[in-house]
Amino acid sequence: MLKLDKLTKIYKTGDKALSEVDLEVPKGQVIALIGPSGAGKSTLIRCINRLVEPTSGSATLDGINITTLNSGGLRRERRRMGMIFQEYALVERLTVMENILSGRLGYVGFWRSFLRKFPQSDVDEAYRLLDRVGLAHMADKRADELSGGQRQRVGICRALIQDPALLLVDEPTASLDPKTSREIMRLIVEMCRERDLAAIINIHDVNLAKMFVQRVVGLEMGHMIFDGAPEELSPDVLTRIYGEEDWEATIETVDDDDEEDGS
Amino acid sequence: MPSKINSSGQKVWQVRDRNGQLLNWALWMGAAIIFYISWMKISDQTTWFFVYDAPRIAADIGGRALPPKWEYITKLGKPIWDTLNIATLGTMFALIMAVPIAFMAAQNTTPSKLFARPLALLIIVSTRSVNSLIWALLLVSIVGPGVFAGLIAISIRSIGFCAKLLYEAIEEIDETQVEAIRATGGSGWQVMVYGIVPQILPAFAGIAVFRWDINIRESTVLGLVGAGGIGLQLQSSLNILAWPQVSLILAVILVAVVIGEFVSAKVRGAII
Repeated sequence: MLKLDKLTKIYKTGDKALSEVDLEVPKGQVIALIGPSGAGKSTLIRCINRLVEPTSGSATLDGINITTLNSGGLRRERRRMGMIFQEYALVERLTVMENILSGRLGYVGFWRSFLRKFPQSDVDEAYRLLDRVGLAHMADKRADELSGGQRQRVGICRALIQDPALLLVDEPTASLDPKTSREIMRLIVEMCRERDLAAIINIHDVNLAKMFVQRVVGLEMGHMIFDGAPEELSPDVLTRIYGEEDWEATIETVDDDDEEDGS
Repeated sequence: MPSKINSSGQKVWQVRDRNGQLLNWALWMGAAIIFYISWMKISDQTTWFFVYDAPRIAADIGGRALPPKWEYITKLGKPIWDTLNIATLGTMFALIMAVPIAFMAAQNTTPSKLFARPLALLIIVSTRSVNSLIWALLLVSIVGPGVFAGLIAISIRSIGFCAKLLYEAIEEIDETQVEAIRATGGSGWQVMVYGIVPQILPAFAGIAVFRWDINIRESTVLGLVGAGGIGLQLQSSLNILAWPQVSLILAVILVAVVIGEFVSAKVRGAII
């Protein structure tokens, strides 16, 4: 469904953030993108929806080459790619409801969105999503009154109300405590299963990644150096991705967690 | 380098080394000399007789000015109302023009860094650098004396001020919120309304009342050059040495300014 072909990004400073990344994500598959800070994980997902313009190569979503679209076409395709951010990226001074409905901006004309006159079907869907993530009573709260975990749930709602085919998730748990992190990861993965969504989740917590996904892609200095099942992540592979370290402990704890959460 | 090792091998630290200490001392010395020279120059050019005489003259004018001529207040209602209108409408016009200029001037929203941004910055600098009294002086000769000239003078002077503060606020917004709106497929205008405007709204409201507050004070003097408002009465009263009228006008201006400060403080408190 999503196909990256030799996707490359070289920043103006000359830093090669991505070099010829080939990746294919079938419909409904959730993959974790792991790698050290600065490996190009954020750049990769931002090159897919072109918040960052790739230097060369292409990204194709259901047969449409996103990299060559004009601005109108790009906006149409962005509607099909929901994005979830590390620092939630909610508009702090708008209410929870306005934040969720902002996910419909690509479908609604300027004046309707300016006057907050969203179609009733969108409002219904927003309430359904809020209920699903357990924040039904928060609809009229301002986003900056919410806790981190609550904000990320709103962020998830905003991405899902776009009715996307693909979720681009950038470090969803990096600002959250361990328990909330798991809850958020579980919610994202569940939502993807319910709606048969593909997702690319940037994450640097290897344990958390192994707990929830079926496929892991390892990125190091812009190169894809691992693509396989979580079980294949050996100390050897982790050393290649992150560098020399005693990885045995990491792998041990993951096995324990897997049994615990293996429902 | 303040850290060094002395003869006994101990690490010592002082805030300045010897050269730094000397330089510091020389700068203070220089400042003292400049102050002394300036003082001498001012003193030479002052007719000290008038200065010694000042308390007596001030007491004399004060004596003539008090008590204020209270019945004159009936003639001040309209001028002070004009003054408030000049300040309020002037601020509104200025804001209407300042908003697009601010978006053109901000690094992150400007349509073109080569053309629009320098133009916007030029407008900001040129309107800001000329005092509103001088704008009024110019405009009185262009559009004729009266409230309208004052109104335009106040708005022109305020454009640069408002646009500068607003574009700084725009440059300080959190880009990830903007990015998030862009990622949903929103159009450029939608990104502006959802991603940028909510973030700068508090700054905008703060700038508006702050400038309004300043404009009340500035518009009280515009009448001195014939641009309408209470300054006109002040001017004519001064010309005929009607000190009791002058003191009443000053009192009225004081009250207006205090009310303005009170309102703007309340509004600012409500926003933050």
